[in-house]
Amino acid sequence: MAVCIAVIAKENYPLYIRSTPTENELKFHYMVHTSLDVVDEKISAMGKALVDQRELYLGLLYPTEDYKVYDYVTNSKVKFVMVVDSSNTALRDNEIRSMFRKLHNSYTDVMCNPFYNPGDRIQSRAFDNMVTSMMIQVC
Amino acid sequence: MELCGATRLGYFGRSQFYIALKLVAVAQSGFPLRVESINTVKDLPLPRFVASKNEQESRHAASYSSDSESQGSYSGVIPPPPGRGQVKKGPGSHDAVQPRPSADQQEPASPVVSPQQSPPASPHTWRKHNRHPSGGNSERPLTGPGPFWSPFGDAQSGSSAGDAVWSGHSPPPPQENWVSFADTPPTSTLLTMHPASVQDQTTVRTVASATTANEIRRQSSSCDDPWKITDEQRQYYINQFTTIQPDLNGFIPGSAAKEFFTKSKLPILELSHIWELSDFDKDGALTLDEFCAAFHLVVARKNGYDLPEKLPESLMPKLIDLEDSADVGDQPGEVGYSGSPAEAPPSKSPSMPSLNQTWPELNQSSEDTAIVHPVPIRMTPSKIHMQEMELKRTSSDHTNPTSPLLVKTSDLSEESKINSSVKFPSGNTVADGYSSSDSFPSDPEQIGSNVTRQRSHSGASPDNTAPPPPPPRPQPSHSRSSSLDMNRTFAVTTGQQQAGVVAHPPAVPPRPQPSQAPGPSVHRPVDADGLITHTSTSPQQIPEQPNFADFSQFEVFAASNVTEEQDNEAEKHPDVLPAEKASDPAGSLRVAQTDGKIEEKTAASVPANVSKGTTPLAPPPKPVRRRLKSEDELRPDVDEHTQKTGVLAAVLASQPSIPRSVGKDKKAIQASIRRNKETNTVLARLNSELQQQLKDVLEERISLEVQLEQLRPFSHL
Repeated sequence: MAVCIAVIAKENYPLYIRSTPTENELKFHYMVHTSLDVVDEKISAMGKALVDQRELYLGLLYPTEDYKVYDYVTNSKVKFVMVVDSSNTALRDNEIRSMFRKLHNSYTDVMCNPFYNPGDRIQSRAFDNMVTSMMIQVC
Repeated sequence: MELCGATRLGYFGRSQFYIALKLVAVAQSGFPLRVESINTVKDLPLPRFVASKNEQESRHAASYSSDSESQGSYSGVIPPPPGRGQVKKGPGSHDAVQPRPSADQQEPASPVVSPQQSPPASPHTWRKHNRHPSGGNSERPLTGPGPFWSPFGDAQSGSSAGDAVWSGHSPPPPQENWVSFADTPPTSTLLTMHPASVQDQTTVRTVASATTANEIRRQSSSCDDPWKITDEQRQYYINQFTTIQPDLNGFIPGSAAKEFFTKSKLPILELSHIWELSDFDKDGALTLDEFCAAFHLVVARKNGYDLPEKLPESLMPKLIDLEDSADVGDQPGEVGYSGSPAEAPPSKSPSMPSLNQTWPELNQSSEDTAIVHPVPIRMTPSKIHMQEMELKRTSSDHTNPTSPLLVKTSDLSEESKINSSVKFPSGNTVADGYSSSDSFPSDPEQIGSNVTRQRSHSGASPDNTAPPPPPPRPQPSHSRSSSLDMNRTFAVTTGQQQAGVVAHPPAVPPRPQPSQAPGPSVHRPVDADGLITHTSTSPQQIPEQPNFADFSQFEVFAASNVTEEQDNEAEKHPDVLPAEKASDPAGSLRVAQTDGKIEEKTAASVPANVSKGTTPLAPPPKPVRRRLKSEDELRPDVDEHTQKTGVLAAVLASQPSIPRSVGKDKKAIQASIRRNKETNTVLARLNSELQQQLKDVLEERISLEVQLEQLRPFSHL
């Protein structure tokens, strides 16, 4: 149940990555990249209706790990990728959606900060706290 | 030393701290000493104040000129370094003040500052010291603060700088302070003041860097609410605010604020964090409160305070008006907020009463409507009559109760949807009873009306509006009225049962009972037959449910003797039934009966039949109605739900019979339930009867056909 959460910018570079199990860092990054491809596919396919809680459930990416990757894309092509370990009772769709909503709200708050330059890594403590709480909770 | 003392005071109060910082700058020479003392002082902020005073004085004297040495002495007493920040301000302010005519504002600020800080006293004393020295060393203090402030940008003129810094600093004053810190060794001294880390700031200058400021942890602040904004500070902030945004009630856009705070030379990350903390409503703009909070945080940070993770209460924007959020929560404590704009107490969104009672009502009504008795129109005339009557009753109920019922239902639903629903059931049952009773003279129209009424009631209680005006209807609301005259009213009940029971269609046979009778009457006739059984039951049930009461009344009317108490329908049915059976004219009889019943009911049902008394069939209706009305009146009382009652009242008004008190809640619900049950039974009976009739008819048909055939051959032949 390691939950990894990442915020990917429009240009597909990460703005924020946080994962609970430290060793997943790399794996997670790899997974995120993989998921990005899928996300892009979906985006191109969907056309307009891409925002909203786009959820990308990749299913079992890695057999052993059995985790799922969820995706959420915003209007500005900012992607929130969340990896959840399936060992933890699969979170319901609603839960995932609510988590993404919270993520999105926090991200918006970060954006509102005039001291934050879009494109910078997110260093907001509030955002960190929120993400941490989510990860802990999810776990 | 003086500076140290001053700074100490500053710890106490932010402004003082700042002043102190300034002083530090001023007394750079003396800083080292001060710092040390400050450091020591930090440990005991409180006591320091006291001592600081002395120290301050001495410090002032010394520092201004060259007191660094004396600092050491202060150590013991040094007011909590935290005050440093404030001290700086204090001194700074003092200095500024003193040298300038604006001393006043400084002083008040510093004194204010000090109080806030743990050792408020010291600040004061400190200030005084400052003054004194300022008097003598006015230059120094000025210069001191000056350097602090001036670096920020404005004229750095020593003396004027201080002042200018203070007041004329457009650039964020805090920056000045900060700058001063950075620039001047004083900052370092201040830092040292911080008991926490500053201790080593020997070289004030070196410390000058913001880091020192950060290090300076104001102990004093730890004692007191370190985040309080002194009046002085606040004034300063407000001034700064106005330089950016003249309108104090307006916002400072993010970009402007960014520039402003960037001048403080704090790391962007910290500024970002400060922004997050202070922009309470996350709108990307700063209100005056938010701005003050942000400014304060910047200053504190500059002075070495760590940024909190969460916005301190004292910094919560008081302008709740805007956000109505809990920002206000903190205002109370803030002393320093004297200047804070009226903090609109967090007028949290007025707790929406969230009364959507209407909704429930609607729901109920819908229910009622849905429930409307099916009004099984009996084949048998009597039944038909009954049905009609019921319908009428129900219809009347509907009409009357409908609205009220509906309303009630909604109300009820709000409060207790059950009630309404119950009512209906009860009403329905009753209604059924009525329908079955047929006896009700209620004309088919009545039945229809009853039905309709029931339907309307259905909202409240699925009155079986079906055939006979759903006696149940009265239940929902009837409980109120019905209780009174349940019996009587079929007609009344209708009115009464408004809530649950559709005001028994006053149209009910008794028709005479316009409002209630219809319902009850209808019920009665219909119910009469079927109700007989029902009535028996219903009455019993009715009593339970005020709604039923209405029905019972109906029945009463119909049967003119239904147990009034019992649910309207129940009562009505029995009454109706017997009455109807006895006399098909049922209506008329019923009317009579109802009248009698109504009266009886009124007497009896008044208390019991809450709502149902509504349908005092025809004649009874009147009396019943009265009862209903009384019931209604009672009901409204009973119904606590004002809404419903209101609705009911309205309904009642329309249907005198169905007082359905929306508020009947449980009672009504129960009554309506009973009524519905009764109605159900009645309807069931009706159904069975009808089926039998059907069979009979079929048989007849068959026989006729046979005969025909027999004849035919003959004919052929």
